[in-house]
Amino acid sequence: MKPETLTTQERIVFELRELYLGCGYRPYKVGKFEEYDLYMRNKKFLASEQVLTFSDTNGKLKALKPDVTLSIIKNAKDDGRSQKLCYTETVYRVPRNAYGFREILQTGLECIGRVDDYAAGEVLMLAARSLERICERYVLDVSDVGVLSGVLAEEPIGDADCARLLSLVGEKNLHGLSAACAEMGVSQLTSERLTKLVSACGPLQETLDRVELLDLPQTSREALAGLRRMSDMLTAYGIGNVNLDFSVVNDMDYYNGLVFRGFVEGIPAGILAGGRYDNLLLRMGKHGEAIGFAVYLDQLERLASAKPAYQTEALVLYDDQTDPLEIVRATEELCARGVSFRVQREEEPCPTCREIVRLTKEANI
Amino acid sequence: MKRMINIALPKGRLGEKAYALFARAGYDCPELLEENRKLTFENESAGVRYFWVKPSDVAIYVERGAADIGVAGKDILLEYAPDVYELLDLGIGKCRMCVAGPKDFSDSHTGILRVATKFPAIARRYYAAQSREIDVIRLNGSIELAPILGLSDVIVDIVETGKTLAENGLGVLEEIEPISARLIANKAHYKFKGEEIETLRKMLERAVNA
Repeated sequence: MKPETLTTQERIVFELRELYLGCGYRPYKVGKFEEYDLYMRNKKFLASEQVLTFSDTNGKLKALKPDVTLSIIKNAKDDGRSQKLCYTETVYRVPRNAYGFREILQTGLECIGRVDDYAAGEVLMLAARSLERICERYVLDVSDVGVLSGVLAEEPIGDADCARLLSLVGEKNLHGLSAACAEMGVSQLTSERLTKLVSACGPLQETLDRVELLDLPQTSREALAGLRRMSDMLTAYGIGNVNLDFSVVNDMDYYNGLVFRGFVEGIPAGILAGGRYDNLLLRMGKHGEAIGFAVYLDQLERLASAKPAYQTEALVLYDDQTDPLEIVRATEELCARGVSFRVQREEEPCPTCREIVRLTKEANI
Repeated sequence: MKRMINIALPKGRLGEKAYALFARAGYDCPELLEENRKLTFENESAGVRYFWVKPSDVAIYVERGAADIGVAGKDILLEYAPDVYELLDLGIGKCRMCVAGPKDFSDSHTGILRVATKFPAIARRYYAAQSREIDVIRLNGSIELAPILGLSDVIVDIVETGKTLAENGLGVLEEIEPISARLIANKAHYKFKGEEIETLRKMLERAVNA
């Protein structure tokens, strides 16, 4: 197949599927529709709470799925065995600060059942390699929500205040963070710990070296130890471009450990998001552990791809005097040479091409 | 190779004050203040490219990556909640987001409170936190007129000195949030121009604290 046959999006879908299948992830297909109730119960897990709904023929309220993970978890067998699944699906949702619903193609994978260090490291490796396949200039930001939750657990603050502090961490908003800590009566020690964690951002291994020297609670240290094991695995895989960044914060109602987000140069928003979501499994009445990520493919058309020099390689021109069999012979010859062509009447506007095959009366004189 | 930082500045007095800070921090670009028809202004040696945009559009330019960083009022950030980093409080353009109304107004909580504002999201969020049902009346200007003419009970707006309110028999009833100009950055661009943006942030912080 010629490279120009595929659009950037198609090429990446193909390459990512090959990558995931190569590591034993089984393709998984979910339906386009899902019961609305599933999303009602897990609104905060969704990237956008707005869902496209309709009444099914039996009167049940259905939705065009805005998310794939919830459907996979809902249907996952709860038999203690590990499942490694990958998918490419279309979801329907309102992107942040956009007007109206959009159809978004996303691909991703889920590892459900038992998630040990190897399984988590493999998912991180696949996230990094997914980004690498999309663009050589990429960054994968990783964090562990356990580091921040360990620090916040030392303070007698409610869920709303906790969410507000995490939101400020997500904005790297140091001035807002210290003001909010003062307002909430959070101790100076916790305020300083949060500031230091948000400020510590950079290459995973080196930044971990620095963060491990900080005075942190035991639960935070355990989460850091987990990040260190991930860092060692990524080094063994030969993967760079991974940063430690505690501003990657996901909803703690659903996520409970490793969280990560991926960026590629040329696209102004994150295109990969994932993490460990045992809490979601628990909320959905399932046992075990889970980790996964999604790659949002809708923005890939913004990546510059090399434009072909010609709209078609060969242009076959004919007129009323041309014998159709002559056109067939000419196009078959082009096919045999592997040349792409367009056949058209001579008087029509010509696209750009490398060669012209003229089968008109004028050419035969 | 040094990568250029694209900076969106808000048109008007706030933008000029913000530029003065950037200039003091070593990122000057004198042609920015000249009267001409240019739309972008560059200082290659300092590694910056500026452009003026409508104050309420700065966050959009930054969130969508047309600018790497920008200067936006906290009022705009609270209203539109763009997915950006908020890196520094520049300490300029200070004012307060307030609930204002007739000085003798007292909310009886017997009906729906009518709130006129340019900031419907902020108003909704503020009253939702108090479980207070409100009727948001979205206006684009002369907000103070609304309670005077009976269009609304109160307004949610930014208050700088409170002089306009006082001259019209109105006053601040509640303060929602202090407002000032903030340095914001596109999250993805921060990953690839992080060094340049962080250096600029530190220089600006020094200029702010000087």
